[in-house]
Amino acid sequence: MRLNKIILSFVSALVILFSTSVASFAKVVGDKIILGAAISLTGKYSSNGVHTQNGYNMAVDRINSMGGVKVGGKTYKFDIIYYDDESNPKRAAQLAERLISQDGVEFMLGPYSSGLTKAIAPVTEKYGVPMVEANGASRSLFTKGYKYLFAVLAPANLYLDVAIDLAVEKNNGKPVTVAMAFEQDAFSQDVRLGVLDAIKRTGSKKVIDDKLPKELNDMAATLVKVKQMKPDVLVVSGHTKGALTAIRQIAEMKVDVPMLAMTHCDAAKLSKQHGKNSQYALCASQWHKTLTYKDNFFKDGMTYAADFEKEFGYDPPYQSAESSAALLVFKDAFERANSFDQKKVRDALADTNMQTFYGNIKFAPGGQNVDKPMVLFQVMCDDSGKCENKVVAPTKWASAKLIHPVPKWSER
Amino acid sequence: MDFMVFQYPMITVQACLDGILLGILFALIAYGMALQWGVMNIINIAQGDLVILGGYIAYFMYLYGIHPAWGVIVAPVIMYFLGVLIYKLVINKVVDRDLFISILATFGISILFMQLMNFAFGADVVLANSDYGTTMLFNNNVVLPNSKLFSAFISILFAICLVIYMKKSKLGRAIRATAQNARAAKILGVDTEKVYAATFGINAALCGVAGALISITFTIHPYMGLPYTIRSFMIVIVAGLGNLPGVAMSGMGLGVFEEFADYILGTEFRIGSVFLLLVLILVYRRFKLSRKREYLK
Repeated sequence: MRLNKIILSFVSALVILFSTSVASFAKVVGDKIILGAAISLTGKYSSNGVHTQNGYNMAVDRINSMGGVKVGGKTYKFDIIYYDDESNPKRAAQLAERLISQDGVEFMLGPYSSGLTKAIAPVTEKYGVPMVEANGASRSLFTKGYKYLFAVLAPANLYLDVAIDLAVEKNNGKPVTVAMAFEQDAFSQDVRLGVLDAIKRTGSKKVIDDKLPKELNDMAATLVKVKQMKPDVLVVSGHTKGALTAIRQIAEMKVDVPMLAMTHCDAAKLSKQHGKNSQYALCASQWHKTLTYKDNFFKDGMTYAADFEKEFGYDPPYQSAESSAALLVFKDAFERANSFDQKKVRDALADTNMQTFYGNIKFAPGGQNVDKPMVLFQVMCDDSGKCENKVVAPTKWASAKLIHPVPKWSER
Repeated sequence: MDFMVFQYPMITVQACLDGILLGILFALIAYGMALQWGVMNIINIAQGDLVILGGYIAYFMYLYGIHPAWGVIVAPVIMYFLGVLIYKLVINKVVDRDLFISILATFGISILFMQLMNFAFGADVVLANSDYGTTMLFNNNVVLPNSKLFSAFISILFAICLVIYMKKSKLGRAIRATAQNARAAKILGVDTEKVYAATFGINAALCGVAGALISITFTIHPYMGLPYTIRSFMIVIVAGLGNLPGVAMSGMGLGVFEEFADYILGTEFRIGSVFLLLVLILVYRRFKLSRKREYLK
């Protein structure tokens, strides 16, 4: 009997504790706007998860120190509750549920990766919680009719179609032959669809269409086919390991291809891992620090990169830049809505039309950003072996001229 | 389906050579598994994770400016002691138990290792560059990265050393005796506890060598261990325990099979085809066994 009493009082103490903590976490407390985010701090996405978190934190500090958010004549500051989703979609969905129903968060920031964003979006949609996400580019996110999802980045199908256009342009407008190797995840397959569209549009021809497995660490078979078929362009998308494996084996097998276009070179730090072997690779990127977009908070890309490096000790990958941009979008929307009503904030987000250091932001009805083109950079090395990523397309932002065709291995 | 691999003879040659070189490396990992399976009756699910850990050792040497090829000497030494430690902490408690218990225990170790590696080394895919260059054959139509040749050479070297060690040394004889009959060996004065620890250590050391080679030829990542466990399991199933030539042959066979599956079915079915082959072989073995049982009746 006594034991029962002890248990009972213990449980009720817990209940009281939880109910008070819920109250203290509500959306806007005092002068704080509390945003929620499930981020991959452990598990397979942890490195990019940390880039995302650093990007968010950097923007929170900057906005807060530069006057915060003005709503209804009062100044508010941003604060973020983070949970670790362990790179696991199920966990991410649970945490979104917890952030909203237990912690009372009314505005969310996105997680890292398309897969996790896909897991969270139905939850935020159910509760009508506006979510600005910066790291889910899969096309399928924007075709489900979500009303509360906004992505500051360009959708995945736009990643590499620029490369096909560029190859056609270099071929004097004549169609080209394309070899493709894509991993079988949602993101890479979306990139593939974009490339297929571009192939159709330009009347080009695909000669190889390989799918890469998740456990990929050997794509020799694909490359042997490339040697045999001699396509004009080789397109590879398989996250970091795809980029690293491709460069290693292309160099080892001396595969000559006039144009090599990839995704995820930023995260793979190609030139750091492969040195001169990575030279001439074309990489799709959401952002590059040399782009000349401007805003009042971070000034421009170069300033952002310098500030970021000072705070976190490394050059910001685009994952951090786009995450910082997400907070600028939220601030702008809060001020235009002049309210914390979720519906009003959502409508203000939908009307967003602004420039940030990361690029122009304007959302299509599906939630994707349609005002920011992807950029392609090319890895270029000098004689000392120091390599740099230089933007080569679109021409408006180019800081170097595209080297095409890639010199043969026998001539390097 | 794509039968290009048979249309161009050079591609067939390339696929065979790639497969054989890969298979030799698999065989080394499988030999470690066969050894400890035979001696201790333990199927080590963490085999692949030990491999990856060995790869990280070579990678860190590379980061600090030492050529990663030295990893094939350093990694096995570190891994041997780690193997003995794992044995003392966990494996010795399950070694006499049911096979299922040991699978569960090593499965747990596998998960723990994955998470620890992810925690310690980060989730980035990494590799160590050997800068060994490339060998071109047949008028440049067949290319063999020297790193793959190096891996195969080192694997063979280690396998030969191990065979000689098993035949000639005192510990090697004790290990073989324990594998044949642990109780009899014990009665005759073999310290089986020590033998078990050494066996697990040797297995871990072999994984360390293989891992260092993989970091030179392919890429490593904390979660990439399982395919290596599956492959070595499969090789051992085909070859049987305590049959080194068998392990080598079935390793190379698997390597070639994988390469051809890659060309014909597509890279996406590469690992899938290995799993399928595993199922087929298990079914076939069962079928053969049941025939044998009928004779006995």
